[in-house]
Amino acid sequence: MLVYALRRVLATIPVMAVVALFVFSLLYFAPGDPAAIIAGDQATPEQIAHIRASLGLDRPFLVRFGEWSWHILHGDLGTSIFTNLPVSHMIAQRLEPTFSLMLLTLILSLVVAIPMGVVAAWRQGSWIDRLIMVVAVFGFSTPVFVIGYLLAYVFALQLDWLPVQGYTPIAEGFWPFLQSLILPAVTLGGIYIALIARITRASMLEVLSQDYVRTARAKGLGERAVLFVHALKNAAVPIVTVAGLGVALLIGGAVVTESVFAIPGLGRLTVDAILRRDYPVIQGVVLLFSFVYVLVNLLVDLLYSLFDPRIRY
Amino acid sequence: MTVDVPLEVFAAPVLPEILPPPRRRGWLGGFLLRHPGMAAGIALLSIMLVIAVFAPLLATVDPTALAPVRRLRPPSAHYWFGTDMLGRDIYSRVMYGARVSLTVGFAVAALASATGTLIGLLAGFVRWSDALIMRVMDGVMSIPPILLAIALMALTRGSVQNVIIAITISEIPRVARLVRGVVLSLREQPYVEAAIACGTRLPTIIWRHILPNTLAPLTVQATYICASAMITEAILSFIGAGTPPTIPSWGNIMAEGRALWQIKPFIVFFPAVFLSLTVLAVNLVGDGLRDALDPRLAKRL
Repeated sequence: MLVYALRRVLATIPVMAVVALFVFSLLYFAPGDPAAIIAGDQATPEQIAHIRASLGLDRPFLVRFGEWSWHILHGDLGTSIFTNLPVSHMIAQRLEPTFSLMLLTLILSLVVAIPMGVVAAWRQGSWIDRLIMVVAVFGFSTPVFVIGYLLAYVFALQLDWLPVQGYTPIAEGFWPFLQSLILPAVTLGGIYIALIARITRASMLEVLSQDYVRTARAKGLGERAVLFVHALKNAAVPIVTVAGLGVALLIGGAVVTESVFAIPGLGRLTVDAILRRDYPVIQGVVLLFSFVYVLVNLLVDLLYSLFDPRIRY
Repeated sequence: MTVDVPLEVFAAPVLPEILPPPRRRGWLGGFLLRHPGMAAGIALLSIMLVIAVFAPLLATVDPTALAPVRRLRPPSAHYWFGTDMLGRDIYSRVMYGARVSLTVGFAVAALASATGTLIGLLAGFVRWSDALIMRVMDGVMSIPPILLAIALMALTRGSVQNVIIAITISEIPRVARLVRGVVLSLREQPYVEAAIACGTRLPTIIWRHILPNTLAPLTVQATYICASAMITEAILSFIGAGTPPTIPSWGNIMAEGRALWQIKPFIVFFPAVFLSLTVLAVNLVGDGLRDALDPRLAKRL
């Protein structure tokens, strides 16, 4: 197990290297010459060349990539073109809202979607199964911002139950914090819930036809114990896998959700950075999100043996 | 169908054990009846296609024509979907917007499938390239698709063509992995080994034995790519990194209505409904295709 875990952790290194290479190329090929911008309008070509040399911009691609990676590994993500602040600093300020939102969405989605999938599989072909699957198809087809505006219109504007927009940090009280995140979390969860409900149903159907499920029923176990203890545990591996891969949807959706609900998180930072063509910030955000995504899926891989002790490495 | 049922009843009312004559229906018609979801999807998608192709004929006006005098009109008999803050007719903009969404969806599905298939075949057949290609694909796949598309769009000007390229790049790895998997499992099949033993040349093996077997999963995958590409296009336009504001796309209309959505929700509402319906239609078709092409999977999903 330990050897496997170590090997699996090492396997993420080439993946992150490809990500880093891609993200670096982004800045490398970005339009606009930083040296020309710093030199100003009046500069002669010689002056620009001099600045370029002093910044090290005239060195080969791989040398610059090596140096850049070295800085990244030391937590230096460069400086924003627009605010002149360190990118790592700007990202750190925005971490709380985004990760609160994603964590809340994750919990909410799993709590809603897994019972949905279990019930649908349990009553396969019945009206409740069909209803759940129809809801799932709709959830999968409705873009994040459409759900967002719809929910905000009903629950915030018409019913006035929850705040329309904005974010309250957790330091200002847990309840206002939760209130400000309920609508965004439901919005962001829509597509994720659909995804997990579908895979839970599929995986459960596979398991429910197994002999040990019949045995469990035959020895008089209650349906709830059969479904949630015996069957769900054996159906867990595909569910956890898809939940891990689906985090990509959460990350992409967070960018949009934060725009709809005016949450000052990493998604807003991304959108602002794009409008300003602030490449170091875009680089930093893409790198961070990809790192989180790889990390989540690494964790999922390592969790397999927890759910299914038959999996040995 | 409703007409011939009573005839049957009158013809043999006292002989219930006799099976009714088999209904004559084309296999396509029968299939659609058994899969109402797919039938609805095809119908919806056809409507959207008609809208996209015949947008100029559907009682639309120039979707980019400004008219500050009559801006922000609510939906009425004259302006079916109302007008936006520049006085442009939202109905016309939504109708023309179908063109952008469908173009992006189909183009990305086609391009990503073609490129991904080539890469997958390469990885599956040229063994030394496999490790390298798959590491690169793993790397690209570990960047969330929307972020990847955003990052690529930041490099270029906003145009429909660039949006298509950016989304295609983020979708290619999924196809490449799928095709590679099929190739690797088929290579071991006796009939492929037999073909190799007969001296069949590689291009023929790929064309005759490998590609036909990738077609079914690839078609299903392509539909889902089409749906997700349309959503991604709308998201890109919505956050200002997609098609240029001069082109009426559903994402752009919503982006423009964003600032006013609390007081003029209809601007966001109509493009949102059309986008959701189109994506729903494509997903329904995808589910139907999956059921039709992979009956084993159909029972489970």
